[in-house]
Amino acid sequence: MVHVEFAPSLRRHVDCAPQQVAPGTLREVLETALRAAPELAHYVFDDQRAVRKHVAVFVNRQMVQDRVTLNQGLVAGDKVLVVQALSGG
Amino acid sequence: MQPLLVATRKGLFVLRGAGTDWTIAAHHFPGEPVTSVLADARDGAWYAALRMGHFGVKLRRSADQGQTWQEIAAPAFPLKPTEGPWADDPTPWSVDLIWSLASGGPDQPGALWAGCIPAGLFRSNDAGASWTLNTALWEQPGRRDWFGGGYDHAGIHSIVVDPRDARHVTVAVSCGGVWQTHDGGEHWALTAEGMKADYLPVENAEDGNTQDPHCLVQCAAHPDVLWVQHHCGIYRSDNGGQRWTGIDAPVPSGFGFAVACDPQNPKRAWFVPAQADACRIPVDGRMVVTRTDDGGASFRVFSSGLPQTHAYHLVYRHGLAVADDGQTLAMASTTGGLWLSADGGEHWQGVSNDLPPVAMLRFA
Repeated sequence: MVHVEFAPSLRRHVDCAPQQVAPGTLREVLETALRAAPELAHYVFDDQRAVRKHVAVFVNRQMVQDRVTLNQGLVAGDKVLVVQALSGG
Repeated sequence: MQPLLVATRKGLFVLRGAGTDWTIAAHHFPGEPVTSVLADARDGAWYAALRMGHFGVKLRRSADQGQTWQEIAAPAFPLKPTEGPWADDPTPWSVDLIWSLASGGPDQPGALWAGCIPAGLFRSNDAGASWTLNTALWEQPGRRDWFGGGYDHAGIHSIVVDPRDARHVTVAVSCGGVWQTHDGGEHWALTAEGMKADYLPVENAEDGNTQDPHCLVQCAAHPDVLWVQHHCGIYRSDNGGQRWTGIDAPVPSGFGFAVACDPQNPKRAWFVPAQADACRIPVDGRMVVTRTDDGGASFRVFSSGLPQTHAYHLVYRHGLAVADDGQTLAMASTTGGLWLSADGGEHWQGVSNDLPPVAMLRFA
C-alpha cells in the first residue's frame, strides 16, 4: 500500500488521518486518499484539479515538480506527503 | 446601529457602535486575507470570502453574526475545454479571488452572486451550498479582449441587483466595461456608452468592452441612477446605464477607486480622490472626501477629522460604505486607517490607524 499523509497546516482546516491506498499513479493515489476527506481536495487542488501553486507534494522525500498530470507511478511502500509550500505575505 | 464588517488582509473585523463611537468587537479568521463580505438582508446571514495564501479561495457563512462560521462551497470554474473556441483561452480557469458578493432578490431566497478574478460571475441558488458559472457572460466573445487593471486578469468587482426586478443585474468589470442582464443572466448587453478610456489608443478610447469602471453603485430608491468611479474619472447615469455622462473632475482630483451613493437621494454621492493613476496617494498628502449633492454639477471637499499632513492612505474600491440612514459612512485604507462619519461625510472620527490593509467594508 502507499502511505499518504497531509501536513498539520492542511489538517487544521479539514482533518484527515493518514491513508493507506492501493498503488497507482500519483493522481490516483491522491484522489483515493482524498475520498476520506473530500472537503480537503479544494485545498490541495485548484479548479482544474492541478496541485495548487503554494502546495507541495513529496514522494519519498522528493518534491514533485509536475502539478498537472501527476502521472508518476507509485508502488507499495512509497510515502506521499502533502504540505504547504513556503511563501510570503 | 448596523454592525460594520471590515474585510482585511489579516482577517475580518466586526465593529459595533453608533454615530462616531465605534469599537472593534470581534476579529475572525486572524491572519487570513478576507477579500469580500456580504451581509444578506433577507436572512441575516454573513458571508466572508477568504483568499488563503496556500490553499486558495474559500467561503464561510455565519447564521449568528459571526459567533460560528461554516465552510461552504467556493465558486469554482468547470474544467477548461480541450477543444472549441475556448481551448486556447490564455485566462486561467481557476478562481484566484472573490471580489464581490451580492444577494439575489427578496423573491429569490438563497440566491447569491459572486464576482471573481478571473472575471467569472457565479450564481448560487442554495445560499452558497453550490455555485454555477454564468457561461453566457464568461463565453461572450468580447471577454477575450478584457484585461486586468492592477491584477493579472480582469475581474468583476461590482454586482448590482435591481430592487424592482431581481432578474435585472448590472456588473462592472475591470477592465471589461459594464454589463447588464434582464433575464437573470441568460443574456447580457454591454452598457458602457459614454465612457472614455485615456489609457487606450485614441481610436479605441470609446470601446465599451475595455473600459475600467473601478466601482459601480446604484441608488436604492432610484435604481436607474448609477454612479461609477472610473479609471479616468467619474460617471453618472440616470437611465440605468444606457448612457453615461462624464462628470467634470472635482477638486482636488477625479481619480480614485471608491464611490458610495445616498440610498435615497439620487443626486448625492461620495468619492475618495487620489492624485492620479501614476501617483496613488492623496493629493499633497492631505486626505479628503468629496461629495456632490447635485448629481455631479458641484462638489464639496471634506477634511475634518482626516489626516492632513503626510497622509498616504489609499482607499480601495470597496473601502467606502454608507449605511441605510444615508448619514453614517465608513472609510478604510490600505494602510490600516479606519474612519467613521455620522453627518454625511462632513466630519470624520478615526477609529483605528493600525488595521491590516482593508479590502472592503460594509454595514451589515
